[in-house]
Amino acid sequence: MTSDASVDATGRAPLIELKGVSCSYGEHLAVRSVDLAVPARQFVAIVGDSGSGKTTTLKMTNRLLEPTSGEVRIGGEPTRSQPPHLLRRRIGYVFQRIGLFPHLTVAENVGITPQLLGWPSAQIASRVAELLALVNLPSEFASRYPAALSGGQRQRVGVARALAARPAIMLMDEPFGALDPLTRDALGTEYRRLHDKMGLTTMMVTHDVFEAVLLADRIVVMRGGAIVADGTPRELMNNHRDEAVRAMMDMPRRQALRVAAMLDQETGHG
Amino acid sequence: MDERVAAAWSVLPEYLGEHVLLSAAAMGLGLAFSLSLTIAAVRSPHVRWPVLLLASLVQTIPGLALLALFYPLLLALAALSDRLFGQSFSALGFLPSLLALTLYSMLPVIRNGVTGILSLDPALIEAARGVGMTQSQRLTRVELPLAAPMLMAGIRTAAVWVIGAATLSTPVGQTSLGNYIFSGLQVQNWVAVLFGCVAAAGLALIVDQLLALIETGVARRSRVRISIGALVLLAGIVSAAASRNDVDAARYVIGAKNFSEQYILSALMADRIAAEGGSTVHRTGLGSAIVFDALAAGDIDAYVDYSGTIWANVMRRTDIPPREPLLREMSEWLDREHGIVMLGALGFENAYALAMRRDRAAELGIRSIADLAEHASTLTVGADFEFFARPEWPALRDAYGLAFANRREFQSTFMYEAVTTREVDVITAFSSDGRIAANALLVLEDPQGAILPYDAIVLLAAKRRDDALLRRALEPLVGAISVDLMREANFRVDRGDEPESPTAAARWLATRAIASSQ
Repeated sequence: MTSDASVDATGRAPLIELKGVSCSYGEHLAVRSVDLAVPARQFVAIVGDSGSGKTTTLKMTNRLLEPTSGEVRIGGEPTRSQPPHLLRRRIGYVFQRIGLFPHLTVAENVGITPQLLGWPSAQIASRVAELLALVNLPSEFASRYPAALSGGQRQRVGVARALAARPAIMLMDEPFGALDPLTRDALGTEYRRLHDKMGLTTMMVTHDVFEAVLLADRIVVMRGGAIVADGTPRELMNNHRDEAVRAMMDMPRRQALRVAAMLDQETGHG
Repeated sequence: MDERVAAAWSVLPEYLGEHVLLSAAAMGLGLAFSLSLTIAAVRSPHVRWPVLLLASLVQTIPGLALLALFYPLLLALAALSDRLFGQSFSALGFLPSLLALTLYSMLPVIRNGVTGILSLDPALIEAARGVGMTQSQRLTRVELPLAAPMLMAGIRTAAVWVIGAATLSTPVGQTSLGNYIFSGLQVQNWVAVLFGCVAAAGLALIVDQLLALIETGVARRSRVRISIGALVLLAGIVSAAASRNDVDAARYVIGAKNFSEQYILSALMADRIAAEGGSTVHRTGLGSAIVFDALAAGDIDAYVDYSGTIWANVMRRTDIPPREPLLREMSEWLDREHGIVMLGALGFENAYALAMRRDRAAELGIRSIADLAEHASTLTVGADFEFFARPEWPALRDAYGLAFANRREFQSTFMYEAVTTREVDVITAFSSDGRIAANALLVLEDPQGAILPYDAIVLLAAKRRDDALLRRALEPLVGAISVDLMREANFRVDRGDEPESPTAAARWLATRAIASSQ
């Protein structure tokens, strides 16, 4: 029942809507006529192998890439109706390589979008302090430069920067992919908490099915530029008709079972 | 203090000031162009390769040639603007130097700027777009600040190049530290040459260090460093501008080509004008082709040229008439075509002549060019850079059937050295040169009259034709200088041991020439 996942409980129009969106790089068709509707407050994970078109789909949402055909709507309004930089100031964007500006302090990095929006500097300063607390960074980090931070700390700053201008939508492209497993798990869990607390709508691209299952309300599987499965984690893990999807979704369950069995054995011996 | 060092010190403020202003203006203009082109090249690959190619191409043109090329170009533009808007400008001095140096400054800035921006981590560009920057915000907030260290390194290279190349602006009539070098080389004043080199190198070094201070300031985000560097640079430019004494129209601009005799005669003319109560500025060390155009355009007021030079190079005549008819016809032509006044001949010739060591000539039994022709196939001829391109050479060659075994070209100072040390057998000497007598050279006779007469003549610009002061000052020089007097005056400057300054030689010449004629 894929339709359940894409319709807002209140019946309103979806917040993010991709209609027949395609994107080609020269001859190569990276995304073929994708339809995707994301209601407000939903956490969608897009999974798939590299080259499946998941990152391209994400980037077309805030016009980092322009669709070759089709239309993207945010809040019912076509994204083409306004200049891309204005659209992007309303949408948080986090990606694996983070891209903190090395010549700016942590505070300046976090405050960049509010500054572009022309917020008064006192308001920016208090927002920056609030955000550092929100992503669990000590306030003295504000005056440091990115080079002085660890990978996990940098991505916390990256998340804070994306949240700074109070966007309703967060786009995340393998946000925790380069971090060590512990940090990755902690940051993922913390982010999910922020998503709920702040009422965000999140689209997250990941190749890690575990992460998708644990964090997302809904998983979209892409292959060869098209959506091949779309549903809640539970639906997709329940004997999906597509063999490849079944194999992919089976893996976290098998691993979880093996770990559980191992733990049972240990308790048995004890 | 040595007299030559004192003389060099006394003109340092003027030369240095002009050098600083020229370099600063070229850097300023160059940066404006380079930065715009850098941005265009970064944005579009279609712009990138032609821009980088053109900038590299400019760099392959030797500095002196680039400066020389701008002169005729500007001259044509000035004529065009005069015709179209009735407004002309001076094609001499500052403008061609500024434009050539501006072009010269661009490659390192553009290349470093483009490389600096294009080699930025793509993640930063993606982040800049992702947070909602426009293209120009991305440029000013991310690309330029992060490429700044690389850009500054390019600017430093450009500044050093420009300050060095600015010494080459002397031959197109722009005063610079190059005046020390060009005139020093000519009159063998090695103190002046060294002084010019040290001053230019010192200036380049100081500017480079100040820019380095700004560079580290940019890298470390230290406002103090940036401000100190920028303030000292600015103070240097301002004081150079302040020390510049304006060249008001009341001053007479005296031109001179780039050899000793010309320096002496321009000093002599300046002394005469001063004695009549006028003040002068010099434009010395000008290229032979540039100086006449400068007079015709009114950029200089007076100078000494030679009848044969005007006849062959300016009037493009290939026939060789005798002295008097040539002078008459040339004088009429100058008046008719350019309104230029030929005030008169000074009384000596500075003609091309072939000269040999007396002992070598005696050994081979050579007294005239006709004798020389019989031995030419075993001899090496040395000439200045101009000679083989002048009409005299084919005329001489064809008249006497001259075919030398080898030919070599020298800066004229070194040409005399070469014949004295037997490196070459024959040289193209100048008949008024003091080194002919001093080096025991024999001037070969020209029985067929194949060489043009080269009477030294005083020329006045059209706008000065009725200038009473100028005529009063310069008329006494007409017919007053014999070839022997000129040779001795030249030798005083050109001799290897204890050379005199051109000014001192001019004063000596004045006491003999004017005294004897009055």
